[in-house]
Amino acid sequence: MTTADAPAERQLVYTLAITEGVRQALQEDPLAFMAGEDIGEAGSVFGIYRGLYDEFGPDRVLDTPISESGIIGLAVGAGATGLKPIVDIMFMDFIGECMDEIVNQLAKMRYMFGGKATLPVTVLTMSGAGLNLAAQHSQSLEAWLCHTPGLKVVMPATAYDVKGAIITAAREPNPVFVVMCKGLMALPGDVPEEPYTLPIGKAKVVREGEGLTIVAHGRMIHEATKAADLLEADGVSVEVIDPLWLQPLDTETIINSVSKTHNALVVHEAVRFGGIGAEIAAQIAELSFDYLDAPVARVAAPFSPVPFSPVLEQSYVPNAERIATEAKRILGLG
Amino acid sequence: MANTSQAMEPSEEVLKDLHFRMVRIRHFEEEAGKLMEQGKSPGALHLYIGEEAVASGVMVHLSDNDQITSTHRGHGHLVAKGGEFKRMYAELFGRETGYNKGRGGSMHISNVDAGMLGANGIVAAGPPIAVGAAFSNKYLARIEGRDQMNVAVPFFGDGATNEGAFHEAANMAAVWKLPVVFVCENNGFGEFTRQEDHQAISDIADRAAGYGMPGVICDGMDAVAVWEAAGEAIERARNGEGPTLVECKTYRFVDHVGLSGIGLHYRTDEELEAWRARDPIEQHEKRLIELGVMTQDEVQAVHDAVMEDIAESIEFAENSPLPDPADLLNDVYTPTAAS
Ligand SMILES: Cc1ncc(C[n+]2csc(CCOP(=O)(O)OP(=O)(O)O)c2C)c(N)n1
Ligand SMILES: [Mg+2]
Repeated sequence: MTTADAPAERQLVYTLAITEGVRQALQEDPLAFMAGEDIGEAGSVFGIYRGLYDEFGPDRVLDTPISESGIIGLAVGAGATGLKPIVDIMFMDFIGECMDEIVNQLAKMRYMFGGKATLPVTVLTMSGAGLNLAAQHSQSLEAWLCHTPGLKVVMPATAYDVKGAIITAAREPNPVFVVMCKGLMALPGDVPEEPYTLPIGKAKVVREGEGLTIVAHGRMIHEATKAADLLEADGVSVEVIDPLWLQPLDTETIINSVSKTHNALVVHEAVRFGGIGAEIAAQIAELSFDYLDAPVARVAAPFSPVPFSPVLEQSYVPNAERIATEAKRILGLG
Repeated sequence: MANTSQAMEPSEEVLKDLHFRMVRIRHFEEEAGKLMEQGKSPGALHLYIGEEAVASGVMVHLSDNDQITSTHRGHGHLVAKGGEFKRMYAELFGRETGYNKGRGGSMHISNVDAGMLGANGIVAAGPPIAVGAAFSNKYLARIEGRDQMNVAVPFFGDGATNEGAFHEAANMAAVWKLPVVFVCENNGFGEFTRQEDHQAISDIADRAAGYGMPGVICDGMDAVAVWEAAGEAIERARNGEGPTLVECKTYRFVDHVGLSGIGLHYRTDEELEAWRARDPIEQHEKRLIELGVMTQDEVQAVHDAVMEDIAESIEFAENSPLPDPADLLNDVYTPTAAS
């Protein structure tokens, strides 16, 4: 589903929407360049940057050595000195390699320097489980980033949003992580041909309803929508909200919804303990306690690494059935 | 460069052993690749086909008390370290009978009991872990009063030498004279990026000087050459003379992932054919027959026996139980001893 101002005329799959977002970001700003591992001629292992090397050449689309710390450092240094870096960390799991550059340099430089530095850096990375890639290629680590003042984090779950998120991030004078979902790569959606942006920190009401608010992000937005269908069949009207931006978070849209529905369920693919859902649930409890008919509930991954075996991975990742079951429990329908 | 002590000559037993290990790796990998492409082996498999001489040449020198760390391309290392096919295929299939009880799969396949500290999904994660194992080896040798130390061998690619983790590990091993042999499998590519596009040197062994350790280059398509170079380095490490960087020039015959990969044209057919003409197994078999160590029939019998083992093992794996989702949270932590 796209916002009203997006003319529904052309469909692109998620991966091609990524390519188009980066292409237009590079086209509109000669100071923008892209760097990452195997993003040049190979167009990334996910094929998401195919054609960009041919179009913009090796000075603007750079294959880097396997050096994640170096890649983020490159973005910090180049960003602080006038360029507009767009860098790729192939799998989100690999941010472990460059957490110092992210947390202690990229996020803090402006503040530490008394506002004298600007870090217009975009980091693109692919998250999520479901492809049997095991514990080091399947994680959803967005909470690590959201906990760090100085960073903005967007997690687009549609073709429309991923293109918009990339262009928004590229035009933004602050570091923005665009956390993409590898489970959505083949998902088609309406994508306008011209460049467009998303309002930073604005959630999307994906579906309106009266009896329950489900807040979900990333791939889980689609499971939440399916769960809403299941619940609708049982006579429950569900409002589904995609925060889209996890940092800054659109508290207002969430609170307004809960004040209307009186019930809240927060869903994500990352582990439950200390996940973004904990922050969202806390904000709901703080700000709309008087409206709640039941405690805020959460559906998320259990507290273990992502298991390899498909049978375990399926039971690990939340899905529509589990969301619907938990919704019924808090509504007293289970 | 390492000072050459007396040149080592492989015995007939060693020559046969090198052959056996390489043949086991080759067939294991070819079948694994097919299973992946048939959708029977889930996830991504990075195959070792073409690089068999490296793992085999090194592993002949190691016992179960010596450790290795591996890479995303890790099946070959485990096979060469004595991995059982049954438990390996079971792991690739995500079964409870697998080496990692189906929790790890191809990219984390391990056998800690035999000193195989895991394939690894993180490029260059192995060398620092091997340094830790080597520290442990030196420490234990000291408190147990042994002169000879167990040795830790990290395997890693050319691409991995561009990660900070590699440099930190090499420096620590050198300054503390730890029993480590750094084995670089230089196959000329990190994924689809040529070595000349990811580093400004062509001999990774050159880096050894920067850490204050010997650097040696050997033909990674020749099991005996690897055996020789690794043997000398392992000997030094065991005797407390410190680490060595052994660079093995090799090539992967199949794509980065799977057999046919994602169809990118990043290397020419001529280049591939030139390396295939130096197939480590064919070269070694030629040598075995020329030296009269084995007959053609005996060579064939090795292949047949390995294929038979594979067929049985795949059947075992396919009929093995899946993990129980109720056990999902097992092994996140070691149980704390009751106080
Ligand atoms: C920290 C990290 N960065 C990137 C990757 C993605 N990746 C997997 S294999 C690979 C190439 C490794 O090249 P090399 O070390 O030469 O090993 P080879 O695949 O050639 O055996 C890359 C970039 C990863 N797994 N981990
Ligand atoms: Mg390589």
